Amino acid sequence: MIDAATSTPDMLKQRSGGALRFYAIWLIAAVALVVLPLIFSSGGSLTTFSLIGIAIIFALSYNILLGQTGLLSFGHAVQYGLGGFLAVHMMNAIASHDWPIPLPFIPLFGGIGGLAFAIVVGWVMTKRAGTVFAMISLGIGELVASSSLILRSVFGGESGITTDRTALPHIFGWSFGPQIQVYYLIAFWVVISAIAMYALTRTPLGRICNAVRDNPERVEFIGYDPHVVRYLAYGFAGFFAGIAGGLTAINFEIANSAYLGATQSGLVLFAAFIGGTAYFFGPILGAILVTYLQLGLTNVTSVWQLYFGIIFIAIVMFAPGGIAGILMMHRPLIRAGTLRTVIPSYLVAVIPTLAMALGLILTIETVAHVSADDSNTVDLFGISFDPTRAVTWVAAAVLLGGGYLIARLTWRRIAEAWDRAATVARDRGYLA
Amino acid sequence: MLELIVISTLNGVLFGMLLFLLSSGLTVIFSMMGVLNFAHASFYMLGAFFGYQLTKWIGFWPALVIAPLLVGAVGMAVERYGLRNTHKHGHVAELLLTFGLAFAIEEIVSMIWGKSPVDYRVPTLLDFPAFTIFSTNYPAYKMFMLAVSAAIFVVLLLVLKRTRVGLVVQAALTHPSMVGHLGHNVGRVFMLVFGVGSALAGLAGVIAGPSLVTQSDMAALLGPILFVVIVFGGLGSLPGAFIASLLIGLIQTFAVAIDGSLASAFGPLDPSLGPSPLTDIWNVTIAQIAPVLPYVLLVLILVVRPMGLLGTRET
Repeated sequence: MIDAATSTPDMLKQRSGGALRFYAIWLIAAVALVVLPLIFSSGGSLTTFSLIGIAIIFALSYNILLGQTGLLSFGHAVQYGLGGFLAVHMMNAIASHDWPIPLPFIPLFGGIGGLAFAIVVGWVMTKRAGTVFAMISLGIGELVASSSLILRSVFGGESGITTDRTALPHIFGWSFGPQIQVYYLIAFWVVISAIAMYALTRTPLGRICNAVRDNPERVEFIGYDPHVVRYLAYGFAGFFAGIAGGLTAINFEIANSAYLGATQSGLVLFAAFIGGTAYFFGPILGAILVTYLQLGLTNVTSVWQLYFGIIFIAIVMFAPGGIAGILMMHRPLIRAGTLRTVIPSYLVAVIPTLAMALGLILTIETVAHVSADDSNTVDLFGISFDPTRAVTWVAAAVLLGGGYLIARLTWRRIAEAWDRAATVARDRGYLA
Repeated sequence: MLELIVISTLNGVLFGMLLFLLSSGLTVIFSMMGVLNFAHASFYMLGAFFGYQLTKWIGFWPALVIAPLLVGAVGMAVERYGLRNTHKHGHVAELLLTFGLAFAIEEIVSMIWGKSPVDYRVPTLLDFPAFTIFSTNYPAYKMFMLAVSAAIFVVLLLVLKRTRVGLVVQAALTHPSMVGHLGHNVGRVFMLVFGVGSALAGLAGVIAGPSLVTQSDMAALLGPILFVVIVFGGLGSLPGAFIASLLIGLIQTFAVAIDGSLASAFGPLDPSLGPSPLTDIWNVTIAQIAPVLPYVLLVLILVVRPMGLLGTRET
């Protein structure tokens, strides 16, 4: 998975061994998907893997808009949710009419649902890009989410519409009752969708999408209509979001109006952006991290969404390239062999930065406990704090404030070491 | 019927004025800085909760002054330490920053004050019926809200049209770089405008809190409607925002008050048809579709006139 905007000298150097390595990465990923449930076979981890798989497709589909075409959507869950609803209705129809369509094809109907919606509203929505598109997508999202509560016969009102995935015709003797079979179905669609979406970035359409993102005026000069390009990208994104929605419907055997809502749209934006929108694999990292945090943090703290918000704000302010951006920044340094000159300053920065984060967590948890009138102690990494005692507050303030002041000095050192290493790398002919 | 029209008009104008208190700040910030402040409705919510807390501690009248100032200070800090640093990454990053802020503010508010509505009451001084039309008592507090928002509207107009600061702000709306070239500290103007805009949103929150519900989801409910208002009125147009605010305020209030449906107008459908989208639409009352109406307006204006009612700018 090479980044979409690899510079020419890099490409020339990679051409020979690059193809082999490229297919190896995909193969390793596919094998990992097959082997993972054999290593972690508990029910909980199977559920987690299934959710992560769906989140990966959803986040990648979102990145067709944000990363590839530069369209910031606040309503991407609409296509996802409509795909889910169409999938559920198809499953119920197949079961009641005994149509010979087995379950593995159902996500395709989800995709068609998302695509159909994109075709209908997309033309008006993609007239303009930028902030206007963002607001319109928000408005359309709210429109569909509120309408879904009115059209009860289609969307089932508050409770949603249920289905039974085992009632469909079986294939290869699989009933898709056990979670492991559903996991393999999801893994199959993850691989198919990821390959399709990666291939899309390499087509002329994918390239012209990048051009529309970077300079729509120039695109018009060379004879393309940016509006049409945005419309096509919106359609593809809707199709893959619908596939993710269809898989969710299979996984939970229900579709309800929460699938369409603003929370779902926000989560996919978080996943794609935290992972990094400039690289194809960014949203995959983001989807894994966000799903894992979502499942893990809910057990530990009542204010897990606040941590999401803080992580997101920190990424927007300090690392707009996301996790993938941070990783790929190091590539020229590794090539030039100057990475080891930076590592010591990283190690120095770890302790005060961690102290600062700890102070922040302690502050948030203490406030949460006090305002919820929760007399229990705050348990943090095995240490108990009493939220009513002043010493806890002082500890939190010292960790947060002191950590910040010292961490700021160490960050400056990182920047200096980084500049030196990058200069050396550039001198040796590796682009920084 | 006449009673319904009079009361709904009053309530609609009131809601419209509240919307304008918010949308005026939002649209001025947007046209000057190119930033769509996603957290604007969150400042409104902060205003309501600060107002509630300060009312508990020191009474409503001091809170009416102090809470908006606090919200304005928060807004200025957001501009100075957040947006100004993010500016170099482009408008999408700025929009995402305010989106993250809106998310975080909602979580912080529900962490401190809980998820259920707080008991933010109308001050006793204003807790009486102002007048009685037909059989309805119209509360004095609502008249007070109307008076405050109208007063702010007049002050805003005077500041923008009659003062030197207003002149700079107006110039920066259309030609921000030229204003910078003329030697004005555009950064400070931005911070000031952002602070004033947030303070206005905070004020709207303080006065709307006792009358509407003060709850941690109030920002998420109002925010999208606010965006509809400024897109509908035309991005960057203050008169457009004013007209759109009143229009949407009136439409929503009237829709909520009307209990009619297609079924009540044309008689019920044949029951043999069974449940279908048609029966859903046939039986839904206008009051039930009130929350959808602003978004229908949004789609309509985008089809008919994409730049909005009085908008002139393409971006």
